[in-house]
Amino acid sequence: MHARILGFAAFAACLAVPAAAAVALSDAAGSYTVSPTGSSIRFTIGKAGGGGFDGAFARFKGTIRIDNGDVGRSKVDLTIYPESVGTGQSRIDAFLRSDAVFDAANSPEIQFRSTSVTRTGDTSALVTGRLTARGKTFAEKFTAELDGLKGGTIKFHVTGKVLRSRYGMDVGTPLYSNIVDFDMTLTGKRG
Amino acid sequence: MQTSITNTPTRYGWATILLHWLIGVLFIGQFALGFIMVRIQSQRTAFELIQLHKSLGFLLLGLIILRIAWRLGNAAPPLPPSVGTLERRTAPLAHLALYAFQVALPLSGWALVSVSTLEIPSMPFNLFVMPNLPLAESDAAESFWAAAHWYLAYAGIALVALHVGAALRHHFLLRDSVLRRMITPSSGGE
Repeated sequence: MHARILGFAAFAACLAVPAAAAVALSDAAGSYTVSPTGSSIRFTIGKAGGGGFDGAFARFKGTIRIDNGDVGRSKVDLTIYPESVGTGQSRIDAFLRSDAVFDAANSPEIQFRSTSVTRTGDTSALVTGRLTARGKTFAEKFTAELDGLKGGTIKFHVTGKVLRSRYGMDVGTPLYSNIVDFDMTLTGKRG
Repeated sequence: MQTSITNTPTRYGWATILLHWLIGVLFIGQFALGFIMVRIQSQRTAFELIQLHKSLGFLLLGLIILRIAWRLGNAAPPLPPSVGTLERRTAPLAHLALYAFQVALPLSGWALVSVSTLEIPSMPFNLFVMPNLPLAESDAAESFWAAAHWYLAYAGIALVALHVGAALRHHFLLRDSVLRRMITPSSGGE
Protein backbone atom coordinates (compact mmCIF):
# COMPACT_ATOMS: atom_id res chain seq x y z
CA MET A 1 0.00 0.00 0.00
CA HIS A 2 2.68 2.48 1.07
CA ALA A 3 4.89 1.31 -1.78
CA ARG A 4 2.09 1.99 -4.28
CA ILE A 5 1.53 5.49 -2.96
CA LEU A 6 5.24 6.26 -3.06
CA GLY A 7 5.50 4.87 -6.56
CA PHE A 8 2.63 7.01 -7.73
CA ALA A 9 4.13 10.06 -6.08
CA ALA A 10 7.44 9.49 -7.79
CA PHE A 11 5.70 9.06 -11.16
CA ALA A 12 3.72 12.24 -10.63
CA ALA A 13 6.87 14.10 -9.66
CA CYS A 14 8.60 13.00 -12.87
CA LEU A 15 5.73 14.30 -14.90
CA ALA A 16 5.37 17.46 -12.90
CA VAL A 17 8.90 18.83 -13.36
CA PRO A 18 8.99 19.20 -17.16
CA ALA A 19 5.31 20.10 -17.21
CA ALA A 20 5.83 22.93 -14.75
CA ALA A 21 8.81 24.20 -16.73
CA ALA A 22 6.88 24.14 -19.98
CA VAL A 23 4.02 26.01 -18.36
CA ALA A 24 6.51 28.46 -16.89
CA LEU A 25 7.94 29.38 -20.30
CA SER A 26 4.60 29.84 -22.01
CA ASP A 27 3.40 31.84 -19.02
CA ALA A 28 6.58 33.85 -19.27
CA ALA A 29 5.73 35.39 -22.64
CA GLY A 30 5.71 39.14 -22.56
CA SER A 31 7.88 42.20 -22.14
CA TYR A 32 9.90 42.87 -19.01
CA THR A 33 11.96 45.76 -17.78
CA VAL A 34 15.12 44.81 -15.90
CA SER A 35 14.70 45.99 -12.34
CA PRO A 36 17.75 47.23 -10.44
CA THR A 37 16.40 45.69 -7.26
CA GLY A 38 16.89 41.95 -7.45
CA SER A 39 19.35 42.28 -10.34
CA SER A 40 23.13 42.28 -10.30
CA ILE A 41 25.91 42.21 -12.89
CA ARG A 42 29.08 40.78 -11.40
CA PHE A 43 32.35 39.81 -13.03
CA THR A 44 35.56 38.02 -12.12
CA ILE A 45 38.99 38.23 -13.75
CA GLY A 46 41.58 35.59 -12.92
CA LYS A 47 45.05 36.64 -11.75
CA ALA A 48 48.45 35.13 -12.49
CA GLY A 49 49.47 32.97 -9.56
CA GLY A 50 45.88 32.21 -8.55
CA GLY A 51 42.88 34.07 -7.29
CA GLY A 52 41.23 36.88 -9.09
CA PHE A 53 39.40 40.08 -8.59
CA ASP A 54 35.68 40.62 -8.51
CA GLY A 55 33.64 43.58 -9.46
CA ALA A 56 30.08 44.60 -10.18
CA PHE A 57 28.22 47.26 -12.12
CA ALA A 58 25.74 49.12 -9.94
CA ARG A 59 23.84 50.86 -12.76
CA PHE A 60 22.34 49.24 -15.84
CA LYS A 61 19.04 49.04 -17.66
CA GLY A 62 17.47 46.56 -20.00
CA THR A 63 14.47 44.85 -21.45
CA ILE A 64 13.63 41.20 -21.97
CA ARG A 65 10.94 40.23 -24.45
CA ILE A 66 9.87 36.60 -24.49
CA ASP A 67 7.96 35.64 -27.60
CA ASN A 68 4.79 33.69 -27.13
CA GLY A 69 5.16 30.37 -28.90
CA ASP A 70 8.61 30.95 -30.40
CA VAL A 71 11.37 31.38 -27.84
CA GLY A 72 13.79 31.96 -30.73
CA ARG A 73 12.15 35.29 -31.46
CA SER A 74 12.76 36.53 -27.94
CA LYS A 75 14.98 39.58 -27.44
CA VAL A 76 17.27 40.89 -24.74
CA ASP A 77 18.69 44.40 -24.60
CA LEU A 78 21.05 45.45 -21.85
CA THR A 79 22.88 48.71 -21.26
CA ILE A 80 25.57 48.89 -18.59
CA TYR A 81 27.04 52.16 -17.28
CA PRO A 82 30.73 51.43 -16.68
CA GLU A 83 31.02 54.59 -14.53
CA SER A 84 29.19 52.55 -11.85
CA VAL A 85 31.85 49.83 -11.64
CA GLY A 86 32.78 48.80 -8.11
CA THR A 87 35.42 46.40 -6.82
CA GLY A 88 35.64 47.42 -3.18
CA GLN A 89 38.97 49.17 -3.85
CA SER A 90 38.56 52.80 -4.90
CA ARG A 91 41.96 53.00 -6.63
CA ILE A 92 41.05 50.03 -8.83
CA ASP A 93 37.62 51.55 -9.56
CA ALA A 94 39.26 54.79 -10.70
CA PHE A 95 41.65 52.79 -12.88
CA LEU A 96 38.78 50.82 -14.46
CA ARG A 97 36.78 54.00 -15.18
CA SER A 98 39.82 55.73 -16.72
CA ASP A 99 40.90 55.48 -20.35
CA ALA A 100 43.11 52.54 -19.28
CA VAL A 101 40.01 50.34 -19.31
CA PHE A 102 36.42 51.56 -19.81
CA ASP A 103 37.11 55.19 -20.68
CA ALA A 104 33.74 55.89 -19.10
CA ALA A 105 33.96 59.62 -19.86
CA ASN A 106 34.04 59.02 -23.62
CA SER A 107 32.24 55.67 -23.76
CA PRO A 108 29.59 55.95 -21.07
CA GLU A 109 27.61 52.87 -22.18
CA ILE A 110 28.31 49.20 -22.77
CA GLN A 111 25.49 47.72 -24.83
CA PHE A 112 24.29 44.22 -25.51
CA ARG A 113 21.67 43.57 -28.18
CA SER A 114 20.60 39.97 -28.67
CA THR A 115 20.47 38.61 -32.21
CA SER A 116 19.22 35.12 -31.46
CA VAL A 117 17.87 33.11 -28.56
CA THR A 118 18.15 29.33 -28.74
CA ARG A 119 16.45 27.16 -26.22
CA THR A 120 18.87 24.60 -24.79
CA GLY A 121 16.63 22.97 -22.17
CA ASP A 122 13.36 23.29 -20.35
CA THR A 123 14.49 26.38 -18.50
CA SER A 124 17.68 27.38 -20.28
CA ALA A 125 18.63 29.24 -23.43
CA LEU A 126 21.71 30.40 -25.28
CA VAL A 127 21.56 34.11 -26.01
CA THR A 128 23.74 35.36 -28.84
CA GLY A 129 24.11 39.03 -29.49
CA ARG A 130 26.28 41.98 -30.26
CA LEU A 131 28.27 43.53 -27.45
CA THR A 132 29.50 47.08 -27.96
CA ALA A 133 32.11 48.65 -25.69
CA ARG A 134 34.51 51.51 -26.40
CA GLY A 135 33.20 51.71 -29.97
CA LYS A 136 33.97 48.09 -30.78
CA THR A 137 31.30 45.49 -31.48
CA PHE A 138 31.66 41.72 -31.39
CA ALA A 139 29.34 38.73 -31.19
CA GLU A 140 29.12 37.25 -27.70
CA LYS A 141 27.22 34.33 -26.18
CA PHE A 142 25.57 34.10 -22.79
CA THR A 143 23.77 31.25 -21.08
CA ALA A 144 20.47 32.17 -19.47
CA GLU A 145 18.81 29.98 -16.90
CA LEU A 146 15.26 30.69 -15.80
CA ASP A 147 15.44 31.11 -12.05
CA GLY A 148 11.88 31.86 -11.23
CA LEU A 149 8.61 33.32 -12.44
CA LYS A 150 6.13 34.70 -10.01
CA GLY A 151 3.35 37.07 -10.81
CA GLY A 152 4.78 39.65 -13.19
CA THR A 153 8.36 39.07 -12.13
CA ILE A 154 10.81 36.86 -14.02
CA LYS A 155 14.33 36.04 -12.89
CA PHE A 156 17.26 34.80 -14.98
CA HIS A 157 20.73 33.71 -14.04
CA VAL A 158 23.03 34.68 -16.91
CA THR A 159 26.66 33.62 -17.33
CA GLY A 160 29.21 34.10 -20.07
CA LYS A 161 32.83 34.77 -20.88
CA VAL A 162 34.07 37.83 -22.75
CA LEU A 163 37.57 38.48 -24.10
CA ARG A 164 38.38 42.02 -22.96
CA SER A 165 41.30 42.51 -25.37
CA ARG A 166 38.88 42.79 -28.31
CA TYR A 167 37.34 45.90 -26.78
CA GLY A 168 40.63 47.72 -26.30
CA MET A 169 40.78 46.73 -22.63
CA ASP A 170 43.78 44.42 -22.74
CA VAL A 171 45.73 46.38 -20.10
CA GLY A 172 47.36 44.14 -17.52
CA THR A 173 47.41 40.92 -19.55
CA PRO A 174 48.89 38.39 -18.84
CA LEU A 175 49.07 39.50 -15.19
CA TYR A 176 45.28 39.54 -15.29
CA SER A 177 43.41 37.11 -17.50
CA ASN A 178 41.99 38.25 -20.81
CA ILE A 179 38.80 36.35 -19.94
CA VAL A 180 36.12 38.20 -18.02
CA ASP A 181 33.64 35.84 -16.36
CA PHE A 182 30.21 37.41 -16.11
CA ASP A 183 27.65 36.27 -13.57
CA MET A 184 24.39 38.16 -13.67
CA THR A 185 21.06 37.93 -12.02
CA LEU A 186 18.46 39.75 -14.08
CA THR A 187 15.07 40.32 -12.55
CA GLY A 188 12.46 41.60 -14.98
CA LYS A 189 9.17 43.24 -14.13
CA ARG A 190 6.37 42.86 -16.65
CA GLY A 191 5.37 45.96 -18.51
CA MET B 1 96.71 44.48 -23.74
CA GLN B 2 95.91 42.01 -21.06
CA THR B 3 92.29 41.27 -20.19
CA SER B 4 90.97 39.13 -17.38
CA ILE B 5 87.53 38.12 -16.17
CA THR B 6 88.63 38.21 -12.55
CA ASN B 7 90.20 41.16 -10.74
CA THR B 8 93.99 41.32 -10.52
CA PRO B 9 95.99 43.09 -7.73
CA THR B 10 96.06 46.26 -9.85
CA ARG B 11 93.11 45.99 -12.21
CA TYR B 12 89.39 45.30 -12.30
CA GLY B 13 88.40 42.27 -14.37
CA TRP B 14 85.67 42.22 -17.01
CA ALA B 15 83.05 40.67 -14.72
CA THR B 16 83.40 43.43 -12.10
CA ILE B 17 83.36 46.14 -14.77
CA LEU B 18 80.34 44.68 -16.56
CA LEU B 19 78.34 44.27 -13.34
CA HIS B 20 79.30 47.76 -12.18
CA TRP B 21 78.07 49.54 -15.30
CA LEU B 22 75.04 47.33 -15.86
CA ILE B 23 73.85 47.91 -12.30
CA GLY B 24 74.81 51.60 -12.47
CA VAL B 25 72.76 52.21 -15.60
CA LEU B 26 69.82 50.16 -14.30
CA PHE B 27 69.93 51.87 -10.89
CA ILE B 28 69.84 55.39 -12.37
CA GLY B 29 67.30 54.24 -14.96
CA GLN B 30 65.08 52.85 -12.19
CA PHE B 31 65.23 56.17 -10.35
CA ALA B 32 64.17 58.03 -13.51
CA LEU B 33 61.47 55.46 -14.29
CA GLY B 34 60.13 55.61 -10.72
CA PHE B 35 60.07 59.40 -10.87
CA ILE B 36 58.15 59.41 -14.18
CA MET B 37 55.73 56.55 -13.54
CA VAL B 38 54.12 58.20 -10.51
CA ARG B 39 53.66 61.51 -12.35
CA ILE B 40 52.40 60.36 -15.73
CA GLN B 41 48.83 61.24 -16.72
CA SER B 42 47.80 58.08 -18.58
CA GLN B 43 46.76 55.42 -16.07
CA ARG B 44 47.45 52.72 -18.62
CA THR B 45 51.01 53.89 -19.32
CA ALA B 46 51.56 54.35 -15.57
CA PHE B 47 50.43 50.77 -14.91
CA GLU B 48 52.72 49.41 -17.60
CA LEU B 49 55.68 51.49 -16.44
CA ILE B 50 55.16 50.31 -12.84
CA GLN B 51 55.20 46.67 -14.02
CA LEU B 52 58.42 47.41 -15.97
CA HIS B 53 59.90 49.09 -12.87
CA LYS B 54 59.08 45.92 -10.87
CA SER B 55 60.63 43.67 -13.55
CA LEU B 56 63.82 45.75 -13.64
CA GLY B 57 63.89 45.83 -9.84
CA PHE B 58 63.85 42.03 -9.62
CA LEU B 59 66.55 41.89 -12.32
CA LEU B 60 68.61 44.38 -10.29
CA LEU B 61 68.19 42.36 -7.11
CA GLY B 62 69.49 39.26 -8.92
CA LEU B 63 72.43 41.17 -10.40
CA ILE B 64 73.29 42.71 -7.03
CA ILE B 65 73.33 39.33 -5.28
CA LEU B 66 75.64 38.10 -8.06
CA ARG B 67 77.78 41.21 -7.70
CA ILE B 68 78.16 40.88 -3.94
CA ALA B 69 79.07 37.19 -4.30
CA TRP B 70 81.61 38.13 -6.98
CA ARG B 71 83.02 40.95 -4.85
CA LEU B 72 83.45 38.60 -1.85
CA GLY B 73 85.52 36.27 -4.02
CA ASN B 74 87.42 39.00 -5.87
CA ALA B 75 89.23 41.62 -3.81
CA ALA B 76 89.11 45.09 -5.35
CA PRO B 77 92.50 46.45 -6.43
CA PRO B 78 93.79 49.04 -3.91
CA LEU B 79 93.47 52.76 -4.61
CA PRO B 80 96.46 54.37 -6.35
CA PRO B 81 99.14 55.59 -3.87
CA SER B 82 98.35 59.22 -4.72
CA VAL B 83 94.94 59.00 -2.99
CA GLY B 84 94.88 60.89 0.33
CA THR B 85 94.29 59.43 3.79
CA LEU B 86 90.80 60.88 4.28
CA GLU B 87 89.51 59.44 1.01
CA ARG B 88 91.35 56.19 1.62
CA ARG B 89 89.29 55.86 4.84
CA THR B 90 85.91 57.16 3.63
CA ALA B 91 85.76 55.58 0.15
CA PRO B 92 85.22 52.02 1.49
CA LEU B 93 82.40 53.34 3.72
CA ALA B 94 80.78 55.07 0.75
CA HIS B 95 81.08 51.89 -1.30
CA LEU B 96 79.62 49.83 1.56
CA ALA B 97 76.71 52.29 1.74
CA LEU B 98 76.22 51.99 -2.05
CA TYR B 99 76.00 48.21 -1.71
CA ALA B 100 73.52 48.61 1.18
CA PHE B 101 71.27 50.83 -0.97
CA GLN B 102 71.50 48.44 -3.92
CA VAL B 103 70.10 45.69 -1.68
CA ALA B 104 67.65 47.80 0.31
CA LEU B 105 66.00 49.51 -2.67
CA PRO B 106 64.75 46.44 -4.53
CA LEU B 107 63.85 44.74 -1.24
CA SER B 108 61.78 47.73 -0.09
CA GLY B 109 60.06 47.78 -3.49
CA TRP B 110 59.30 44.08 -3.17
CA ALA B 111 57.93 44.68 0.33
CA LEU B 112 55.78 47.52 -1.05
CA VAL B 113 54.12 45.35 -3.72
CA SER B 114 53.77 42.51 -1.19
CA VAL B 115 51.79 44.54 1.36
CA SER B 116 49.83 46.64 -1.17
CA THR B 117 46.07 46.34 -0.86
CA LEU B 118 45.91 46.52 -4.67
CA GLU B 119 47.21 42.93 -4.67
CA ILE B 120 48.81 43.29 -8.09
CA PRO B 121 50.91 40.18 -8.78
CA SER B 122 54.56 40.51 -9.75
CA MET B 123 55.53 38.86 -13.01
CA PRO B 124 59.06 39.87 -14.02
CA PHE B 125 59.09 40.46 -17.79
CA ASN B 126 55.90 38.36 -17.99
CA LEU B 127 58.06 35.27 -17.50
CA PHE B 128 56.95 33.86 -14.15
CA VAL B 129 55.03 34.85 -11.04
CA MET B 130 57.30 36.17 -8.31
CA PRO B 131 55.78 35.36 -4.92
CA ASN B 132 55.19 38.14 -2.43
CA LEU B 133 57.34 38.53 0.67
CA PRO B 134 55.59 37.05 3.72
CA LEU B 135 54.33 40.39 5.04
CA ALA B 136 50.82 41.29 6.11
CA GLU B 137 48.87 43.40 3.63
CA SER B 138 47.35 46.67 4.83
CA ASP B 139 46.96 50.30 3.80
CA ALA B 140 49.25 51.35 6.67
CA ALA B 141 51.99 48.89 5.64
CA GLU B 142 51.65 50.04 2.04
CA SER B 143 52.10 53.70 3.07
CA PHE B 144 55.09 52.77 5.22
CA TRP B 145 56.91 50.83 2.48
CA ALA B 146 56.02 53.41 -0.17
CA ALA B 147 57.64 56.09 2.01
CA ALA B 148 60.63 53.85 2.80
CA HIS B 149 61.14 53.10 -0.90
CA TRP B 150 60.85 56.81 -1.73
CA TYR B 151 63.37 57.98 0.93
CA LEU B 152 65.80 55.17 0.07
CA ALA B 153 65.56 56.11 -3.61
CA TYR B 154 66.40 59.78 -2.99
CA ALA B 155 69.17 58.98 -0.49
CA GLY B 156 70.51 56.32 -2.87
CA ILE B 157 70.58 58.64 -5.86
CA ALA B 158 72.31 61.33 -3.74
CA LEU B 159 74.97 58.76 -2.88
CA VAL B 160 75.27 57.82 -6.57
CA ALA B 161 75.76 61.52 -7.39
CA LEU B 162 78.54 61.70 -4.78
CA HIS B 163 80.10 58.54 -6.28
CA VAL B 164 79.92 59.96 -9.83
CA GLY B 165 81.32 63.28 -8.62
CA ALA B 166 84.24 61.52 -6.91
CA ALA B 167 84.97 59.47 -10.05
CA LEU B 168 84.96 62.61 -12.23
CA ARG B 169 87.19 64.41 -9.74
CA HIS B 170 89.69 61.55 -9.95
CA HIS B 171 89.62 61.59 -13.73
CA PHE B 172 89.62 65.30 -14.52
CA LEU B 173 91.19 66.96 -11.47
CA LEU B 174 93.49 64.36 -9.95
CA ARG B 175 94.07 62.70 -13.34
CA ASP B 176 94.63 59.29 -11.78
CA SER B 177 93.49 55.81 -12.89
CA VAL B 178 90.49 55.43 -10.50
CA LEU B 179 87.79 55.96 -13.17
CA ARG B 180 89.81 54.57 -16.08
CA ARG B 181 90.37 51.20 -14.45
CA MET B 182 86.59 50.79 -14.05
CA ILE B 183 86.14 51.40 -17.79
CA THR B 184 88.67 49.04 -19.25
CA PRO B 185 90.67 46.21 -17.70
CA SER B 186 93.75 47.27 -19.63
CA SER B 187 94.04 50.43 -17.51
CA GLY B 188 95.42 50.63 -14.02
CA GLY B 189 98.66 49.84 -12.25
CA GLU B 190 100.49 53.08 -12.08
